[in-house]
Amino acid sequence: MAYQVKKDSGFSVVHLTGDIDLSCSPEARKSILDSLAAAQPTLVDLSAVTYIDSSGVASLVEGYQTAKKKNLEFGLLGVSEAALSVLELARLDRVFPIYASLKDRLAKNG
Amino acid sequence: MSANHYAIEVEDLVAYYGSRRILDGVSLQVGYGEIMVIMGGSGSGKSTLLRHLLALQTPRSGSIRILGRDITTASADMLHELRQSIGVSFQGGALLSSLTIGENVALPLREHTRLDDSIIEITARLKLEIVSLGGFEHLYPAQLSGGMIKRAALARAMAMDPKMLFFDEPSAGLDPVVSSELDDLIIKLRDTLGVTIVVVTHELESAFKIADHITVLDHGRILISGTADIVRNSSIERVQDLLHRRSRPIEISADDYLHRLTGG
Ligand SMILES: Nc1ncnc2c1ncn2[C@@H]1O[C@H](COP(=O)(O)OP(=O)(O)OP(=O)(O)O)[C@@H](O)[C@H]1O
Ligand SMILES: [Mg+2]
Repeated sequence: MAYQVKKDSGFSVVHLTGDIDLSCSPEARKSILDSLAAAQPTLVDLSAVTYIDSSGVASLVEGYQTAKKKNLEFGLLGVSEAALSVLELARLDRVFPIYASLKDRLAKNG
Repeated sequence: MSANHYAIEVEDLVAYYGSRRILDGVSLQVGYGEIMVIMGGSGSGKSTLLRHLLALQTPRSGSIRILGRDITTASADMLHELRQSIGVSFQGGALLSSLTIGENVALPLREHTRLDDSIIEITARLKLEIVSLGGFEHLYPAQLSGGMIKRAALARAMAMDPKMLFFDEPSAGLDPVVSSELDDLIIKLRDTLGVTIVVVTHELESAFKIADHITVLDHGRILISGTADIVRNSSIERVQDLLHRRSRPIEISADDYLHRLTGG
């Protein structure tokens, strides 16, 4: 797994790449929580995620919960097929705000 | 074909309890991401086979390869590692009665990972959601119905996102709706996560719904093994008897039978 955090259009976008499993989900989690700790509205880009395990999904859930407590926006971008099926297994596709891309999210502002 | 094409490859397995032969030359293969259903009468050796697949018992002879490794010759370290990629829910699946079901599901994660507490807790709750036990994490096993305990045991088997799952009679004693939900879940685990799954079951309907392949054991031997269709359409009478749980006709004379009953 690799990750990259970029500022774009007022969002902090955490871009995760590759397999997110037990060995690296703590890193992904930290990048998400750090972004929220800095009071940034946060979007997690999953378009290049090839696999995500339960600890990775739990990290997203925790991120969303943390964002809600801080009244910060949180959402997922470009959820890959691999990630989506795992989210669906626990019916989380209906919980997270999901956008095709950052552009999509920005279009929502109208 | 190379052994690596199969998640499970058993060859000529012979197993004994004491001097009683329980498995007698069992061979079978399970492909990656396949559901194999094991059927057969009570005492035919189904649970014994599962215990051998987990290397909880050593065979008298034969070989067993799991995820490409021969477990009959594997070191204790390798077995330990291998078992972490296998989720198991045994017949009468033992949950620890002193822990809540949330804690029971979290236990493998606490023992085998260094994940943060909050992540472990969320993961355990996610697993309980998946088996329709969302919100019950604070209950103790004694406070659950039989069907709920089964589902909690499944959640625990899935705790570590295993590559392989072994279920010994997952739906026995569940009501039809929950049992059918469980079948859907097993299929979903195969389809979405590519999990390789071995299920022992007596439920015909469930077997034909979920199985890619079915193996029927009879007195420690394979009676038939093949796709669900091959087994369903088998003309072997014994297969149909077992599948439909027809009782066998008494194969002794009336006199002998009377004798046996009266001991006279
Ligand atoms: N620990 C043991 N010691 C001695 N014999 C055993 C032991 N466990 C099982 N057996 C015997 O091995 C045979 C196969 O048992 P096994 O539990 O594998 O059957 P099964 O097919 O799982 O049956 P069921 O459908 O009732 O669960 C039975 O005759 C049983 O009595
Ligand atoms: Mg059994």
